[in-house]
Amino acid sequence: MLVIIPTHDLKAARLSTSAPSPNSDDQLLVALHNVGVNRDGRWLIRGIDIKVRRGEIVTLVGPNGSGKSTSAKVALGIIKPDEGSVQRDPRLRVGYVPQKFDIEATLPLTVTRLLNLTAHHKKHEIAEALEMVGVSQHAQSRVQSLSGGEFQRVMMARAMLRKPDLLVLDEPAQGVDFSGEIALYDLIKDIRNQTQCGVLLISHDLHLVMAETDVVICLNGHVCCTGSPQAVSESAEYRELFGARAVEGLAVYQHHHDHTHLPDGKVKHSDGSITDHCHPDDGHHHD
Amino acid sequence: MIDDFFVRAILAGIGIAIIAGPLGCFVVWRRMAYFGDTMAHSALLGVALGYFFGINIELSVLIVGVVIALILLFLERDGRLPRDALLGVLSHSTLAIGLVIMALMTSLNFDLMHLLTGDILSVTKFDLYMIYGAGSLVMVGIIWLWRPLLASTVNEEMAIAEGMKPEIARAGFLMLMALLIAIAIKIVGILLITSLLIIPAATARRLIGSPEQMAVAASLIGVVSVCGGLFSSYEFDTPTGPSIVVAALALFIISHLISMNAKNKS
Repeated sequence: MLVIIPTHDLKAARLSTSAPSPNSDDQLLVALHNVGVNRDGRWLIRGIDIKVRRGEIVTLVGPNGSGKSTSAKVALGIIKPDEGSVQRDPRLRVGYVPQKFDIEATLPLTVTRLLNLTAHHKKHEIAEALEMVGVSQHAQSRVQSLSGGEFQRVMMARAMLRKPDLLVLDEPAQGVDFSGEIALYDLIKDIRNQTQCGVLLISHDLHLVMAETDVVICLNGHVCCTGSPQAVSESAEYRELFGARAVEGLAVYQHHHDHTHLPDGKVKHSDGSITDHCHPDDGHHHD
Repeated sequence: MIDDFFVRAILAGIGIAIIAGPLGCFVVWRRMAYFGDTMAHSALLGVALGYFFGINIELSVLIVGVVIALILLFLERDGRLPRDALLGVLSHSTLAIGLVIMALMTSLNFDLMHLLTGDILSVTKFDLYMIYGAGSLVMVGIIWLWRPLLASTVNEEMAIAEGMKPEIARAGFLMLMALLIAIAIKIVGILLITSLLIIPAATARRLIGSPEQMAVAASLIGVVSVCGGLFSSYEFDTPTGPSIVVAALALFIISHLISMNAKNKS
């Protein structure tokens, strides 16, 4: 069974469709208002609302191609939205762990040099950060020699060293084994508790991140549903998007169906039917 | 001493090799070899236009190089043609147009071979001032752009998120490439400039532990190649530009063998 641990922030536990109270907005780090990104006439994302406050862990979940990374890149200012607006203090210090990537093999780069790439950190700070993520033995290793999991940990250490106000993690658990994954999410919670930074976390797997998350935003090109992990996992939209099995607490869920958004705003379902709404009662096949 | 043509040639070659080191590293890391070729080929068009309008050759080469770089940046962003096809179109068309214009200017009688493979032994005092003046400019530029360029070589989006400006750094880098090519034509020629960028950097890569060390090593390897090439060309009466490239290649092969040997032992 899926165990739901109470969230740290009770305010965030309610469905955030209602207006946030004014004093909670003092802590607002970044906010996307009705953001849309259009490429070659197709909306990658549209109508996206995301808010991250200080000390809050916001998790974006959704199937592949649902616009999780795109939304995060808009929040970071890497992609300019074609629609809507982004509110972000330009002085905001950001730590970003991009989706897993390879570093050019011809570039001689040690872990320590990678940590010092855009800012110089003191030796003991680097040692502490590597210690915290458990890869201190690799301080002088070539980054290309690391395993996938080790590299992701180094990237986490790198983001932490920046002492960010906002930490953005795009599938940080990629290439990490199951127990390592749990440790990684524990680490994210520790960082949040220690530094009171806001965290925007992207995951394709709600189960493991649930316990540590304050707000879940379920994406599929648009915001399907928002709220506390519990509220989201119980919502009809989440069940529809991830299938009934996800809610029953199986460790592995399968995505049974999907829908795509047509340029005219209508929705095409996997069975080929076209409707005006994302979540009609028909067009879904659960087994 | 500086009046001796051979000393001038060595000084010119060393100057070019030093600045080609760090630029060449980025060409290798960012996989821009074909890009470097394209800019070098456009230099022939620059030479032709320089003669046509009767202006300084280095200046016209620089202007054409900058224009080609800007066209590339613009078209790449547009994204309608794949990058290598785009480079192929620009590379060969600028070379061809340059050759056509030169053929039309029948009054001129210049040695095309010297343009293509260099004429380092004809370096004048003025050329030397130009190489060291513009070379210092390139050096200052690459040091200034180093951090954002390196960060965006690792991951462009991470660099943006952390407040770097990779687009400006890249545009700046292309300007430095154009400047290097403008002053290096006389040394190794249009066809061989890219080799002076790539071969020393590829050689340094096998021996070295940090990006900065690799840049310095690439410069040193370039200097050794230039000296080796010049002396062997003097000794065996071979064309100097190609001799320099052959010397660089020899160092590349030696470093390759050394690193293979080291790997087998460990």
